[in-house]
Amino acid sequence: MSTLALQVRVISERSVRRTLRQPAAIIPAIVFPIMLLFVSSGGLHAAENLPGFPNVSYFDFALAVTFMQGAIFATGGAGTDLATDIDTGFLNRLALTPMSGAALVIGQLGGAIVLGVFQATCYLAAGFIGGATIASGIGGVLVLYLLVILMAVGFGALGVAAALRTGNGEAVQGLFPVLFVLLFLSTINLPLALIPITWFRWVATVNPITYLVNAVRSLIITGWDWPTLAVGFGVALAIAALGTVLSAAALRGRLQRT
Amino acid sequence: MGAIEVRGLVREFKKGPRAVDGIDLTVAEGEIYGFLGPNGAGKSTTVLMLTTLLPPTAGTATVAGFDIVKQGAEVRGAIGAALQEAALDKFLTGREHIKLQGSLHGMKGVDLKRRGDDLLERVGLTDAADRKVGGYSGGMKRRLDLALALLHNPRVLFLDEPTTGLDPQSRTALWDEVARLAREDGVTVFLTTQYLEEADALANRVGIIDHGKIVIEGTPDELKASVGRSSVEIEPHDIARLADLERTLAPFGTPLAMRGGSASIRLNEGVGDVAAIVRALDAEGIGIHQLRLREPTLDDVFLEQTGRSLEGSGDNEDDAEQ
Repeated sequence: MSTLALQVRVISERSVRRTLRQPAAIIPAIVFPIMLLFVSSGGLHAAENLPGFPNVSYFDFALAVTFMQGAIFATGGAGTDLATDIDTGFLNRLALTPMSGAALVIGQLGGAIVLGVFQATCYLAAGFIGGATIASGIGGVLVLYLLVILMAVGFGALGVAAALRTGNGEAVQGLFPVLFVLLFLSTINLPLALIPITWFRWVATVNPITYLVNAVRSLIITGWDWPTLAVGFGVALAIAALGTVLSAAALRGRLQRT
Repeated sequence: MGAIEVRGLVREFKKGPRAVDGIDLTVAEGEIYGFLGPNGAGKSTTVLMLTTLLPPTAGTATVAGFDIVKQGAEVRGAIGAALQEAALDKFLTGREHIKLQGSLHGMKGVDLKRRGDDLLERVGLTDAADRKVGGYSGGMKRRLDLALALLHNPRVLFLDEPTTGLDPQSRTALWDEVARLAREDGVTVFLTTQYLEEADALANRVGIIDHGKIVIEGTPDELKASVGRSSVEIEPHDIARLADLERTLAPFGTPLAMRGGSASIRLNEGVGDVAAIVRALDAEGIGIHQLRLREPTLDDVFLEQTGRSLEGSGDNEDDAEQ
């Protein structure tokens, strides 16, 4: 195994291990989206009767939202842990070894991916228990996991960048409500065409999260909707690229070792 | 060439004073060098620069023969460091720390396991190795920190305030281990401390740093000899007579900084003055609650050099008030 791969592996392992040992951090990331799924599908199922609403149950329609919330939790997880490392001086301990900066960032994201996949599995299980079916079948589930991984990388990298920039766990947590507001200003509750308020529809149209939700949702309720998937993957890739560039820049400022 | 050579090292922070203001020092191989000073004096900033974690603003330094700016990676390969506040992950076990750090150093398999087990045993953590660090005491954390710093067999060891917050027993145990490392393994140790007794007990040589500058340097005995004479501290029975006490003591020596409720002087002649002092106080009717005769200490050295006492001199704000 190359040096970089080995470093990424041990840093990822540590990231996963410390997260699994903090049930208080991981349980809300799993329970909260599932609770919200059942609550919202219970309260909003009347939307099924709207003309133009897809011919599926509201539960199936809302299932996509859990994956988005999971991705947003990934931002918090990867970033907060790194901010803690900066605050306690643990990052200095790592910086005194031959660890490369890239290994630090990728390792941290590796942890986010493992947790993202674990979360997604829980959401899928909850979906099946609630009676959902995946229109795109087994292949669609695999593509869904791919998208989940890409989103964990993208949102995780944003969290890592915020942590490296500020060195402050609270600042990273501060991203969380911002992303949540963005999530609610997307198509999570209704398809774009059915959003009645003009400004809301406009915000949802320019909101990148809309296209992530639509891509995940298409796999669950539509089947293989290639244009929607292409746009969704494109947006996920763009967020991942942005997060990586921001992380790399922030890393140079934080890791000043000679 | 010394294990550590520092020439004109400076570190300026934005909008702040010079944290380190042009220091020069040399530490020989196998020596324990004590870097003594109050909080905010520039000790930790110096350590961060020498361990390559912070680039200097000016000046040069080599550690283990490598330039700290141009050969950062080589320096890091040759040094071990236990920085302030034992930075450990409370969710990982002691052994997991060893594995993580050893793997990043490129150690693996049986070699890493053997080295880790040896070190854990040496610092007395074999039984606690598989427990999460969150449950460790302060002393155990410091010992694990020391074991981690030694993992890759470094030639130079940096210890930044290694015993701050430790109970006396843990402190002594750590001192013994550090002394043994220098004596038996020939490891050069650069140790920062704000404890005089630590520098006195452990260091072959001491540099006293204040406001970013080294004010004096030498062996503990040389430094104490530079102050020379003994001092006496007297606590009166009646605190209201403190001013009279100071006046009576004045002819016998130079007044020193006081703790509340007592007066101290550096004796002009030496211990022989004590009898005369007692007679003078008796004549004035000043009762003595306590009388302490002290040989010069490193605190006296610090006091003489900076005009302040190191004990309890706290951080910069306190310094400014004194």
